[in-house]
Amino acid sequence: MIGTAENVKQRFNPVSAPDYLPVPLLRDLQLTRLQSTVRRAFENVDLTRERMKKQGVRPEDIQSLDDLPRLPFTVKADLRDTYPYGLFACPLRDVVRLHASSGTTGKPIVVAYTQDDLDVWTSVMARALASYGIHRDDIFQNAHGYGLFTGGLGFHYGLEALGVTVIPISGGSTDRQVMIMKDFKVTAICATPSYFVHMLERASEMGVDVRELPLRAGGFGAEPWSESMRRHIEAAAGIKAYDCYGLSEITGPGVGAECWFQGGPHIFEDHFYPEIIDPETGENVPDGVEGELVVTTLSKQAMPMIRFRTRDITALVAEPCPCGRTLRRIRRIGRRSDDMLIIRGVNLYPSQIESALLAVEGTLPHYQIILTREKGLDQVEVQVEVTPEVFGDRIRALVDLKEKLTRAVENTLGLRVSVSLVEPHSIQRSEGKAKRVIDRRTES
Amino acid sequence: MKIQQLSVFLENQPGQIVKPCRLLASEGINIRTLSVADTKQFGILRMIVSDWRRATQLLQDAGYVVNVTEVVAIEVPDEPGGLSRVLEVLENSPINVEYMYSFAFGCRDTAVMIFRFDQSDAAIKLLQAAGISVVESVEIYSRAGQT
Repeated sequence: MIGTAENVKQRFNPVSAPDYLPVPLLRDLQLTRLQSTVRRAFENVDLTRERMKKQGVRPEDIQSLDDLPRLPFTVKADLRDTYPYGLFACPLRDVVRLHASSGTTGKPIVVAYTQDDLDVWTSVMARALASYGIHRDDIFQNAHGYGLFTGGLGFHYGLEALGVTVIPISGGSTDRQVMIMKDFKVTAICATPSYFVHMLERASEMGVDVRELPLRAGGFGAEPWSESMRRHIEAAAGIKAYDCYGLSEITGPGVGAECWFQGGPHIFEDHFYPEIIDPETGENVPDGVEGELVVTTLSKQAMPMIRFRTRDITALVAEPCPCGRTLRRIRRIGRRSDDMLIIRGVNLYPSQIESALLAVEGTLPHYQIILTREKGLDQVEVQVEVTPEVFGDRIRALVDLKEKLTRAVENTLGLRVSVSLVEPHSIQRSEGKAKRVIDRRTES
Repeated sequence: MKIQQLSVFLENQPGQIVKPCRLLASEGINIRTLSVADTKQFGILRMIVSDWRRATQLLQDAGYVVNVTEVVAIEVPDEPGGLSRVLEVLENSPINVEYMYSFAFGCRDTAVMIFRFDQSDAAIKLLQAAGISVVESVEIYSRAGQT
């Protein structure tokens, strides 16, 4: 039985109606929207027009969704190269909002929204929240940063549209976050998973057991997080932890969201069309095969994105979800091709290390990977903070723990690593996206 | 019979050990005795202090991970064979000594040593039956006050 009220375990919210469009109608809607997006980009964005001409494809060549692979890709560097306004498809006077990425190196990338774009964004965020079972009786702590980052305002507008009581606390001031969570009887929250783990840790130091608070659900995203991290969060906070997928270049949070079944985010495909490609060759791969997620916006006005390469590694899940949504799912993002580290020629993702660490004792969420180079050879050090749960008075127990962690990481990576146990709080906490890797290989 | 020992996790780096000691000193807590178990990369600072509850709170508030373990203080005659006689009592029992270290003060001709057993209660029973003096916790703290 699919999509029965009993199955979905939560009341049907009318904002979710587009999640259940019959597939043929959904595909038809996608094609119509795709055609007008391609035309809009061709007519208004120099970069897209030049690339399409070079590739010998014109807007009228897009006759079916299968013609999508004929279109050129857009990559993150294109947004940098055209900084700040070069990819806009509308006059600036129609733009009502700008956001910008954190931009770890050099200039940020800028994204723009018309009023229609904001309305669509708000509607997909409302649908995302509804799929987490959030409703107007909830008290929601929005711990994503408000400002240029899309996380804070993206959730905020979706929450208000749904009639939820929003606490726009933003990121940071962790002690106050814990106090408000408790005093305001918060029932749901959003944050980056690493920041939420930090909040749980502070709460416990402050003598607050989050499992005993009314908090029951959380939407987490903006950085890859492993399934073991989800289990840790769910057990430590006594909540259901849902994945929220999004990226600023496409709209922000709300590109996809998990439902009750937590089987990876459903993509809101009526607005964002997903493809998976082989990141090496750029060729499309069949459903179920892992590759890089490519997204085309279907209704963006200010900044249409044609085949934007997200760098997120995942696979499309075509099998129907027990919740009855017809929207396809992607597997949860475990890694980004940007995060890939090449160590002694071996490809490695920080999330693999995270899973290995959590598999050992289940309580070691704070870690950092430090890469150095000694005599031309890459060295990997994994620093793991000691928690009260694993700490005792016997040195042998700690030595055993360290060996176990080393073995677990080495078995996962197939590469020698040195694990260090470090004092609590010695690894810097982030209020947004966690910095898991410190690469010092170029310093010496 | 048993007394509370605090263990603190420290990274093995110059200057690490002074920080918790300074913290306790600033709050007027006396470290009666301590021992350090270390590896190349990290260590455990084990302490018997004059007010273990307050010391634990202070250390935790300062961000340390603290473990409280029950240990046994035993009076050992300060003469050849004194320690052997204590250990021989346990020799044929299944009780294991995890580690031990001595107090900074003695009493006339005896030394006081801290023992960490895997089975404290069984060890106490056995030692007392053999006439070995197990120091009461109250006594440790009052001595701590005197010296």
